[in-house]
Amino acid sequence: MTTHYLVLSALLFAIGAVGVLVRRNAIVVFMCVELMLNACNLAFVTFARQHGNLDGQIIAFFVMVVAAAEVVVGLAIIVTIFRTRRSASVDDANLLKY
Amino acid sequence: MNGIQPPTIEYGQLMPLLLVFGAAIVGVLIEAFAPRYLRKAIHVPLTMLTLLGAFGLVIVQVLRDGVPTAAVAMGAIAVDGPSLFIWGVILVLSVVSVLLINDDDNFVASAAAVPGSPDEEEAIARGGAHTEVYPLALFAIGGMMLFAASNDLLIMFVGLEVMSLPLYLLCGLARRRRLLSQESSVKYFLLGAFSSAFFLYGMAMIYGYAGTVDLGGINDALGRVGGQDTLLYLGTALLGVGLFFKIGAAPFQAWKPDVYQGAPTPITALMASGTLVAAFGAVLRVFWVALGNLDWDWRPVMWGIAILTMIVGAILAITQTDIKRMLAYSSIAHAGFLLTGVIATGEATQNANSLSALLFYLLAYGITTVGAFAVVTMVRDAGGEAGHLSRWAGLGKRSPALAGIFAFFLLAFAGIPLTSGFFGKYAVFAAAVAGGALPLVVVGVVSSAIAAFFYVRVIVLMFFSEPAADGPTIAVPSAGTAAVVALAAAATVVLGVYPQPVFDLADAAASSLFVR
Repeated sequence: MTTHYLVLSALLFAIGAVGVLVRRNAIVVFMCVELMLNACNLAFVTFARQHGNLDGQIIAFFVMVVAAAEVVVGLAIIVTIFRTRRSASVDDANLLKY
Repeated sequence: MNGIQPPTIEYGQLMPLLLVFGAAIVGVLIEAFAPRYLRKAIHVPLTMLTLLGAFGLVIVQVLRDGVPTAAVAMGAIAVDGPSLFIWGVILVLSVVSVLLINDDDNFVASAAAVPGSPDEEEAIARGGAHTEVYPLALFAIGGMMLFAASNDLLIMFVGLEVMSLPLYLLCGLARRRRLLSQESSVKYFLLGAFSSAFFLYGMAMIYGYAGTVDLGGINDALGRVGGQDTLLYLGTALLGVGLFFKIGAAPFQAWKPDVYQGAPTPITALMASGTLVAAFGAVLRVFWVALGNLDWDWRPVMWGIAILTMIVGAILAITQTDIKRMLAYSSIAHAGFLLTGVIATGEATQNANSLSALLFYLLAYGITTVGAFAVVTMVRDAGGEAGHLSRWAGLGKRSPALAGIFAFFLLAFAGIPLTSGFFGKYAVFAAAVAGGALPLVVVGVVSSAIAAFFYVRVIVLMFFSEPAADGPTIAVPSAGTAAVVALAAAATVVLGVYPQPVFDLADAAASSLFVR
């Protein structure tokens, strides 16, 4: 019954994607991206079970490491812009346009 | 199962990659242990020697062992002809970009200090700039090489992130106009992370379809697996979103002008040349090697994307008032021209022709781009670089040599004969016609003509209008910057007048196509 897990993974991915598009706080946007990555992990592990090989589980470990590295870089950037502007809203970052 | 087999790793063939990553790690250690005043003196020779050494290793490998015919490291990385050519191109472009990075005036003294605060004044008074730039750049360059040479989707994802994460940080380190720089960094990071999540989900779908993420294995599965087409098409589309974001193809091009404008100009040069080359390497591998037998399905979509990219790039460039934004839109248009070559597949000879044209185009475009951004770093006024186009009025009267070289670069972008851009475009469009993409070439030529309009407009502005009384000054270039401009101009001339040796090299690299 692995289909249920795939549906759950697709739902999580969709929630994350919609969150990135509608939320305004950079930290929340970033959390939504992390949710999307975890949805991918769930899909990988499920497919690994379906195919009966371990590739998907190993990929999930790689994704976790990459996600951790991304958190380090992302929070550094968001904290810097917060200290400069006293705001982490992505709507306030509007100097570059057209 | 007879226990665990240790993996075999061909260290010799992977040496250029390992050298760059090794030097990046040494660079981090230098940041940790060397005293501040010594760091730059260590980093500059270390970085330059590493990049030149890696380039030397690539050449030695080609001359001594020829081109490998199988993927290395248990099929994870393909050091084949196109890979070696792309590595060479990336390393050459990195060397010239690092020459620009050496110029102290481009990077922030203390990224942690809030702009305008006493902390920042103190850091500026202390002098110097962040030397973390060097290891970060090396990681990004290593990531580019890995991204373009990966033979399975997992390595490609890791390469993508190793390339992108340092670039997100580097974008936020401009010395002047720090608000713009930080904003470009946030935008690039959030959009980049968003797009790589799409890439990853696409990879999961393809894995679900094929049961492997090996590019050759996916290709085998195309003929074997039935009844799972939803997974395959979904996966292809999502992978495409991630890759097209990286090359800046419309409709995923929105980040490019913002990031190019806000980032420190040497980093923009590295991104505009190296990232584009690496991302095209990855696009070719995914769509030609893994999904090559699916070309009837992805080709119509890519037609649409190529046409949209060329037109959006060329038309929006006309309305720009900032020189770096204009170059960003020009880079979008060039990504569209390159896509026409990706679409022109057919039997093996046709593929080899398209591939060799693309390789030549990437080299020619990359080197001209670095040169153009090097000129941008030299035109300065009180607040740093004079980005606004109106400030460039009359530059030809103040500094005819510099304006002449810049005009020459712009003509190369436009594809005027006797410049490298002409042969690049000619080769790609000829390959596209041979591959049956004639309508695309028509669109390409029309958008080239539109693009030529705004290049010529800048040239007219520089030479035929009066300079403003308080116009920008031309900074006396450092030896590195002068060398970059001279080198890029020389390469643009040589590739435009006598391109045959490089064409032969690209042909040789492309003749055996990608290993599987």
